Amino acid sequence: MAGIVGYGAYIPRNRIRTETIAEQWGKDPETIKGGLLLQEKSVPGLDEDTITISVAAGRAALDRAAIDPRRVGALYIGSESHPYAVKPSGTVVIEALDIGPEVHVADFEFACKAGTEAMFVALGLVESGRVEYAMGIGADTSQGAPGDALEYSASAGGSAFIFGREDLLADVVDTASYTTDTPDFWRREGEFYPRHGGRFTGEPAYFKHVLSASHMILERTGLKAGDFRYAIFHMPNGKFPLRVGKTLGFTREQLAPGWVVPTMGNTYSGSSPTGLAAALDVSDPDDLILITSFGSGAGSDSFVLRVTDLLPERKGLAPTVASLLEGPRRYLTYGEYAKYREKIKMNL
Amino acid sequence: MRDVAIVGAGMTQFGELWSSSLRDLFTEAALGAMRSAGVDTLDAVYVGNMSGGQFVGQEHVGPLMVDALGVAGVPSTRVESACASGGAALRMGFLDVASGQSDVVLVAGVEKMSDGADVTTVLATASDQETEVYHGITFPGLYAMIARAHMASRGSTEEDLHWVSVKNHRHGAMNPRAQFPKAVTLDEVANSSPVADPLRLLHCSPVSDGGAAVILMPLEQARRITDRPVQILGTGMATASLALADRRDPAVLDAVGQSARKAFTMAGIEPADVDLAEVHDCFAIAEICCLEAMCLTDGCSAADAARSGFSALGGRRPINTSGGLKSKGHPVGATGVAQVIEIFEQLRGEAGDRQVRDAHIGVTQNMGGTGASSVVHVFRRV
Repeated sequence: MAGIVGYGAYIPRNRIRTETIAEQWGKDPETIKGGLLLQEKSVPGLDEDTITISVAAGRAALDRAAIDPRRVGALYIGSESHPYAVKPSGTVVIEALDIGPEVHVADFEFACKAGTEAMFVALGLVESGRVEYAMGIGADTSQGAPGDALEYSASAGGSAFIFGREDLLADVVDTASYTTDTPDFWRREGEFYPRHGGRFTGEPAYFKHVLSASHMILERTGLKAGDFRYAIFHMPNGKFPLRVGKTLGFTREQLAPGWVVPTMGNTYSGSSPTGLAAALDVSDPDDLILITSFGSGAGSDSFVLRVTDLLPERKGLAPTVASLLEGPRRYLTYGEYAKYREKIKMNL
Repeated sequence: MRDVAIVGAGMTQFGELWSSSLRDLFTEAALGAMRSAGVDTLDAVYVGNMSGGQFVGQEHVGPLMVDALGVAGVPSTRVESACASGGAALRMGFLDVASGQSDVVLVAGVEKMSDGADVTTVLATASDQETEVYHGITFPGLYAMIARAHMASRGSTEEDLHWVSVKNHRHGAMNPRAQFPKAVTLDEVANSSPVADPLRLLHCSPVSDGGAAVILMPLEQARRITDRPVQILGTGMATASLALADRRDPAVLDAVGQSARKAFTMAGIEPADVDLAEVHDCFAIAEICCLEAMCLTDGCSAADAARSGFSALGGRRPINTSGGLKSKGHPVGATGVAQVIEIFEQLRGEAGDRQVRDAHIGVTQNMGGTGASSVVHVFRRV
């Protein structure tokens, strides 16, 4: 038995509203908001990136776990916006968190699934007994090409989960992963913006994999939608997770706490992990939680978790996702947003 | 010229068919048509396809399709007239059989639009590259201008457009092969996202994959195959300037009128003889303009035809009982042949819930671009 002993999230304070982006490109804001169910999204500051987000989320996770950082034997960060193509993000994060040097570090990637991937491997390592604690982080500062539909959703943020075998806040009941070669979304080495297959990213990609992994885990565990308190799905926009949740038999109430995308945007590798953090923030002992991620290319990781008696006393030891979303924030103009996201060509 | 009949038909589901390639769509439709006609050899093939090249990088579609079908060696030509490719392919097939050159001809239409191409850009190549596309116009924009011109000079309204979509969806809801087999309300159409003023999302036909095919034979041989052949009584084609700005009146589709008159004359019929028709409703305004040009509304204003029920199933002259391009879908090259299949089934009494009673004379009208090409065929129950 292994599970989550600590968790934490971080969302940058800068925001940009859907209508600000829509007006820039001459689109009708209400059509976009109604179509994608997105109100606003987070924007990383000039000095924020996947590493800084991981550090903040990792600190919060350590606070909730209440363990000495040096007992963390492995740290994995999943992202599609690691600051370096070659140089691990994880090494900076361990130093900032006082973890190591006796620690295993690796960076993961698999489009938006890299966070749950890191969590899956961290869990497995702890279950094997090779390390006492392992941290899996999903964080991103995702980019959307100017004028592209992704510009409304691609945002920044992430969450960290520490796995261990004792003093669990949530026990991992089971996992399931479903993976195929489905090229719905990609970015070649050297390209600044990703490309995608339009509507191909829907039914043959997102829905096929999220549904398959979720069905697999429900069958394996013998559970049905009604048994769960909350369910979280990857959130590329506001609509997809609601639709897939409904297909699987979940109610809006079950989906609500984890459905953070309308004000956070899609933090890619941080998306479903941050939804999970938000659900844990409001969960009670014995609650069952389902999380299924999705990464383009494509694959989904599913986890079923059961909340323990320890969660209530640890929740308050770090900021909740709601406090990050509703707390102090600054709304940017499109020009400020373009500057922060380095979309303006400069002669440097 | 010999009399020509259709003796069999086959088509795929229309929609976003992620698992079907261009050649899969063709072979499914073609095999369906051949089985329906009980033939296993072909003398010639005509394939309507607007742009295999731009959608999926595939040209030389004529030989490719017969190869995929397993009959490489058979003469096979791709026919292109933008969205009228299917109708134009039927015309070529008809002439091949009528001339005595071939006895068993497969006419098919096929398009694979959902494979990642920039559909708007590809479709725009059906308008004038130098005077229209170069300056940034797209098809919704061109038809929006036609709608504006029609509303200004002929008094049609946005609500007239809504009724066309409502009617066609009501028909399409009864068509299991339709891409959107569901009814829509007037409010849903009126409040759908603006695309190009005054056109909204639910005034515009969708992006679709699909294939459709028919088998043509001389009428005298057709009776060996089926006791209900459908004769092609007339074929007519006309063209107009590609650029809307070069037309005498942007609200009038002269090529549609001319192609209809030619086909009706050849068939020996008047508009009043037409029991039902499939017309090219790529955008709701197109149905109104096409009905006007073809004089198919018997004194009822074409703009009112959908609202009044004149052109609805059960009305005086049902138009687009298949659901039209709007509800059935519009895989560009396949549309013209799919229209033929609807009339074929209607005239044979095989249209199920969509059956028009006492249907004897049916018409198809298939148009390319903003009406730069139009192909009309007249069919008779034999």
